[in-house]
Amino acid sequence: MSDSTNDWPIWEVFTQKKDGAPHEHAGSVHAPDSEMALLNARDVYGRRMEAINMWVVLSSAIIASTPEDMGPFFDPANDKLYRWPNSFKTPEGIKQV
Amino acid sequence: MEKQNALYEYNLRIGDSALVLAQRLSEWSGHGPILEEDIAMSNMALDLIGHARGFLTYAGQVEGKGRSEDDLAYFRDVRAYKNRMLVEMPNGDFAVTMMRSLLFSAFAYLHFRGLIKSNDETISGLAEKSLKEITYHLRHTSQWVIRLGDGTDESHQRVQNAANDLWSYTDELFEMNEVDEYLIQEGIAFDLKNLRAEWDQLIEEVFSKATLAVPVVGYKSKGGMNGFHTEYLGFLLAEMQSLPRSMPDAKW
Repeated sequence: MSDSTNDWPIWEVFTQKKDGAPHEHAGSVHAPDSEMALLNARDVYGRRMEAINMWVVLSSAIIASTPEDMGPFFDPANDKLYRWPNSFKTPEGIKQV
Repeated sequence: MEKQNALYEYNLRIGDSALVLAQRLSEWSGHGPILEEDIAMSNMALDLIGHARGFLTYAGQVEGKGRSEDDLAYFRDVRAYKNRMLVEMPNGDFAVTMMRSLLFSAFAYLHFRGLIKSNDETISGLAEKSLKEITYHLRHTSQWVIRLGDGTDESHQRVQNAANDLWSYTDELFEMNEVDEYLIQEGIAFDLKNLRAEWDQLIEEVFSKATLAVPVVGYKSKGGMNGFHTEYLGFLLAEMQSLPRSMPDAKW
């Protein structure tokens, strides 16, 4: 393996397993452009019936929260049970919420 | 020409071409220029082994001597192989490998598409199954040839050289003989003459995007279907067949 991959950006790969299901993060690939990123994603993550649709997006285009954000972003939800939907019953016959 | 023999020969040609190219592509396993492409070439090799299994199994059934796909793959010598010569060409650099697969995939894509209409249900079914995979091979290799051709000076020169070197084996893809004539009349085979214009167009489109010149080559090799091959095929088969021949019936 040469170092040439260092010149290529990383793309995050999201796969959809069936119609209506959300796209889920599968992993990442190196590629010089979007078309090659899709082809590489297909070869690495989509060849064994794992997906019916794929997204690729430049890793650099993703804005992530930082570890320092963790407290202010997520903690407040923990002590306010009324924000949770626990008291609602799932209607019969619903497989996915 | 009897039907049994014609059908046997016809299946060998398709199966052998897939098998030999699969063996070539699998030589890249662990040596690809990047991890993703290493996986892609191995995937294509596995697809082609699938095609070879289908057509060689059917060849064995048609022949009626109890030979399996493995018997045909591992225990025939070079003169009994009926593959198109293009696929036995050595891998060379990455540009040669991509160009070889582009030229072959474009042919196989059109061929399988035609064979779906075959009167022979087994051939029609195998063609339909193989077509999906070869469509991807065509797309993958087209994209690479475009990027190499329209890339750096060096990548352009390498992929143009690849085209020039392989071009004298392109006419042979369309070679036919009395086997084809017989099976075309029976509605089983597909007239390869009908594919030529579309193949030219497919390749010219890719070459145009890749800023490559379509080579003009005087000498054209022929004869894979008659068991005539380049010096390379014997070495390829020796490697591929060495294990089953030294340990017949080994299971793993």
